[in-house]
Amino acid sequence: MSIRTRNWLLLAPAGTLFLALLIVPLTVVLVFSFGERAPAGGVVPAFTLEQYANLPARWTAFKNTLTLAPIGTLAALLIAYPLAYFLAVRADPKWKTILLVLVIVPFWTSILIRSYAWIFLLGGRGLPALLEWIGIDGVRLINTPFAVLVGIIYGYLPLMVFPIYVSLDRLDKRLLEASSDLGAPPWRTFLQVTLPLSVPGIATGCMLVFILLMGEFLIPAMLGGGKVFFVGNALVDLFLQSRNWAYGSAVAVALVVIMLITVTIYMRLLNRLGARRDDVAIM
Amino acid sequence: MTKVTDYISKQKFMEELNRFRKGSITRRHFLNVTGLGAATAVMGAALPGLLARPAFAAGDIGDRVILATWPNYHDPASFQAFTEATGAHVQMNVFGSNEEMLAKLQAGGSGWDVFVPTNYTITTYVGEDLIEPLDTSMLPNYDPAAYDPRFSDAGSVDGKLYAVPKNWGTTGFVVNNNHTGGHKMTSWKEFWDMTMDSFSGRAMVHDYQLTTIGNALKYFGYSFNSIDEKELAEAEKLLIAAKPHLFAISSDYQPSIRNGDAWMSMAWTGDGKQLNTDMPEIEYVLGVEGGEIWSDYYAVPKGAPHRDAAYALINFLLDPQVNAKEVLAHGYPTADAHTNKLLPESLLNDPILYPAQELLTALEFGAAVTLTDPNRAELMARFKSA
Repeated sequence: MSIRTRNWLLLAPAGTLFLALLIVPLTVVLVFSFGERAPAGGVVPAFTLEQYANLPARWTAFKNTLTLAPIGTLAALLIAYPLAYFLAVRADPKWKTILLVLVIVPFWTSILIRSYAWIFLLGGRGLPALLEWIGIDGVRLINTPFAVLVGIIYGYLPLMVFPIYVSLDRLDKRLLEASSDLGAPPWRTFLQVTLPLSVPGIATGCMLVFILLMGEFLIPAMLGGGKVFFVGNALVDLFLQSRNWAYGSAVAVALVVIMLITVTIYMRLLNRLGARRDDVAIM
Repeated sequence: MTKVTDYISKQKFMEELNRFRKGSITRRHFLNVTGLGAATAVMGAALPGLLARPAFAAGDIGDRVILATWPNYHDPASFQAFTEATGAHVQMNVFGSNEEMLAKLQAGGSGWDVFVPTNYTITTYVGEDLIEPLDTSMLPNYDPAAYDPRFSDAGSVDGKLYAVPKNWGTTGFVVNNNHTGGHKMTSWKEFWDMTMDSFSGRAMVHDYQLTTIGNALKYFGYSFNSIDEKELAEAEKLLIAAKPHLFAISSDYQPSIRNGDAWMSMAWTGDGKQLNTDMPEIEYVLGVEGGEIWSDYYAVPKGAPHRDAAYALINFLLDPQVNAKEVLAHGYPTADAHTNKLLPESLLNDPILYPAQELLTALEFGAAVTLTDPNRAELMARFKSA
């Protein structure tokens, strides 16, 4: 068997999957987006830009998603980083494995069940009742953007912790010692050695969380009480309620385009950051 | 470390099931704690070890039947009895709206054997060639003469029978009388005015264009089924004005009403009955302006994978003895005279199940065009994303 054949064989399973589950459906969506809604729902083939012209009608959904997805990503990062740092650098090796498993434990239950738990926790008999007990009255948490944010941070935290943990765990501890030996105080070591070296982990974590958040629909539907409307919710409604597949496809295409643009800008920024660090290293 | 699984243990499940059957917990609670009600309730097929083996060698209807239906709409004991009698397990998919059911069938490959469409959808299903005409020779328990035609005639299209009646009911609202200060609510006008006033942050509307827009139209005294652009524009104005005052837009209103977060919600008969039974302060109100009356049906989609089992299940559920138990469990009335003979007098006189004649006459059946009108769908989307 030639090397060439072997390479093809190695790529075949993933390639087939990629073609069948990504390229083909995306092409179908693209074709649908130029069609029209059939009278009883569904799609009739056509070539019209009407669906794209209608996109502003879902502006609020895009606005909500593009606000809460970055905020959620940032909040998850701010909570995940210290945790990952503790796990990788400070935690007693004896406990490390157990602590790591504890981070994944929530993933063993469906997000749906966990969101139901949050409905109770944030509902009138949960946290607000506790707050009332200590004298803070009239707090409403459930069915607000805040509740959605809590659900997002909770649901996506492990996805942020792990990449950062891995990058910090691999960090060569001798670099930290060197920094300290050369007289840098701990905060300076952190800012100039630890943090830059964990950038790949931060980048991966943020990307994972952000991309998944852009398509989120369950958490806003359950913790937002149907009042916090994401693009994901708009899509569910367009395909399952009003059965306007053509318009739904156009919204889906718009979402993919926005994501591609965001991710491209993000990668550019990261590369530039990486390049600058190399300059510093050479100096 | 303890073993954590994503489902509850069999023992715990059986305990909850028994508590549920004894009536000490609500159906909703049962579905929630077991995770069965959340999205897809899987009875039987996914938990075969829990259910009794058939008492005798079953015929050849196969080992399962897949049912697409609404939440809180069946007595789990009936399915168990069906399995014992036939050997076929009932696998149940729960849906939130007729649109969602239609979308799944239009997309194809739903895999359903029986589903439960509402009156106004049946002509669309026939037009789209998605359901098959029923073979009444396989439904000996179906006696057309026993049904009030108001609740059975939508099952026939162009003289052909496509669907047989399950239950009927109304769409009104539930209100927690602990918060009304002794005022008795009677109208949709009050529903919306209260929502924007003393009940701000406490009212819920369905995540369903048909009822939410329909009942907003009722505020102005327009038809529940209106597709008139001017009338819809007025309804939209009301909906957008009310939106900041709503607790939620959701058809899953029982949990919020039960825990006291919401004080008022649009509601269907059976939910009204279930809530009122457990919490007498919750009242079910039909607006004096009118609103919706509906009838659900059993139907078999084209290409049902377990067609014989589908007929067997429908026939089993139409058996007056079984049907009476179902009504007692879910609180939705049936139009079948044979079943009604078996029901207790108190239930047949229940004002929630059988509202006063003057309230009933004001109600309208939903129309096919109300469901499929693209303007209503877009109005709902604008309301939700406002």
